[in-house]
Amino acid sequence: MNWNSPAEFFAMGGYGLYVWGSYIACALFMAVEPLLLRQRRKNALIELKREIAARKDNET
Amino acid sequence: MNGMDNRLINWFHFSSPQTFYPLAGKLMPWFAVLAALFGIAGLYLGFFVAPTDAQQGEGYRIIFVHVAASWMSMFLYLVMAFWAALCLGFNTRLSGMMASAVAPTGAMFAFLSLWTGALWGKPMWGTWWVWDARLTSELILLFLYLGYIALQSAIDDPRRADKAGAVLAIVGVINVPIIYFSVKWWNTLHQGASVSLTKSPSMAQTMLWGMLLMALCFWMYAIAVVLQRVRAIILERERHAGWVEHLKEVAK
Amino acid sequence: MKNPHWFAALAGVVRRDILLAARRKSDVLTTLFFFVIVVSLFPLGIGPEMDMLRQIAPGVLWVAALLATMLSLNRLFATDYADGTLEQMGLSAVPLGVLVVGKVFAHWLLSGLPLVLLAPVLGLQFDLAPRALVVLMAALAIGTPVLSLIGAIGAALTLGVRGGGVLVSLLVLPLYIPVLIFGAGAVEADISGLGPAAHLSLLAAILAATAFFGPWATTVALRIALE
Repeated sequence: MNWNSPAEFFAMGGYGLYVWGSYIACALFMAVEPLLLRQRRKNALIELKREIAARKDNET
Repeated sequence: MNGMDNRLINWFHFSSPQTFYPLAGKLMPWFAVLAALFGIAGLYLGFFVAPTDAQQGEGYRIIFVHVAASWMSMFLYLVMAFWAALCLGFNTRLSGMMASAVAPTGAMFAFLSLWTGALWGKPMWGTWWVWDARLTSELILLFLYLGYIALQSAIDDPRRADKAGAVLAIVGVINVPIIYFSVKWWNTLHQGASVSLTKSPSMAQTMLWGMLLMALCFWMYAIAVVLQRVRAIILERERHAGWVEHLKEVAK
Repeated sequence: MKNPHWFAALAGVVRRDILLAARRKSDVLTTLFFFVIVVSLFPLGIGPEMDMLRQIAPGVLWVAALLATMLSLNRLFATDYADGTLEQMGLSAVPLGVLVVGKVFAHWLLSGLPLVLLAPVLGLQFDLAPRALVVLMAALAIGTPVLSLIGAIGAALTLGVRGGGVLVSLLVLPLYIPVLIFGAGAVEADISGLGPAAHLSLLAAILAATAFFGPWATTVALRIALE
């Protein structure tokens, strides 16, 4: 175990800003990307349903 | 004879959007799980097992994500060029969609590589940016990704966009070694042996394992996200195809 | 023999493009003026100390040459695309690749060659030594055809696409970087006494590879645009 206390862990020997700045950026992007894609999928499905409904309306 | 035919059919069975869509949907969660497992293992090794570096202290721990992001940005460009070659060579819709699906994730990793590189460089060498050969090449790689994405978004017809993007991706992939070589040349001529992020700390076994595990994590993540994206692309583009109407997420 | 027929077609394409450009001289001349103005902007932005200008001169001249070439690229295929000539070229018995070589060569004659001739004059503004000016001309003479060849790929990919002009820049400028590095590097190597031979050889190698690969990629891109 490298760390004697949580405070040490967060401080990262003085490099805390840089280390956590890096990891948080990665975590953020890698969380937002799938979420944005979920939204993209939802929008695509809404569009699809709308088009199918419109097509059915035209047929009747 | 029958056995051979079945295997051939199986290979091409998934090369249409209609058959690939459900396959991608089933595979996606597994890759997400793998990403999480590799990530936990890599982070544990990186923070709790790998020792403090003699020269760089704790700051070197950025390497675990920086290297993974760099590797992924370069690897994904190759993957993109692969699908681009298939798109031009076999003229299949799905190949073009796959190439388009890879690009944004590749660009994201290129950006993260630059971001983490800057955060690594600032405490070590005092500036947020160094015109080091690797970082500069990474920057140009980001430009190549952005150019590809810009070209695709500017062309309205998706088939033409895919094919034009494919040409650009292949031209790009051929240029990448030339660009990297020329940037290395430029860097050594002007800076000599001074600042360089390629001078990584001496590698303990655990450090190498940490990097490898994080790289695997990012790779699994990339596969999962690309599968997710290509499914969205299929839904967007195949909306006039009959099979889409019968999907259970659409029919309800 | 097919080949004399091809050469006649190529010469025809070159002649046609030069004639068309001669009728609208402003296109070529405005690109040259752009080159001159951009080069002058750098001292205005950075300062007139000759020592510093001498150092940045090769880079500045090369970047300006890249930008000027970028501007001239939309002329390459756009007008032919608009009036249907390009489609005719695609249907011709002569391979489209041959005609593309002709158009790229004409583009270089109209945009690249003038830069080669004008750059030494501008180099005097930066107090470059005569030998450095010669190296600059040699490097540009080898490098500007590469710019035309690579630029043609970008122009073909963005035919008829909205935002074409700026978009071409985004696509092509990263690909120009090796030419920039070796071209400016050749002049710097001459100034520092190392000799430009290595840089010029690398540039020549890039030219050879691009001359082979470029027209092929451009033809593929044109076919995609013509579909």
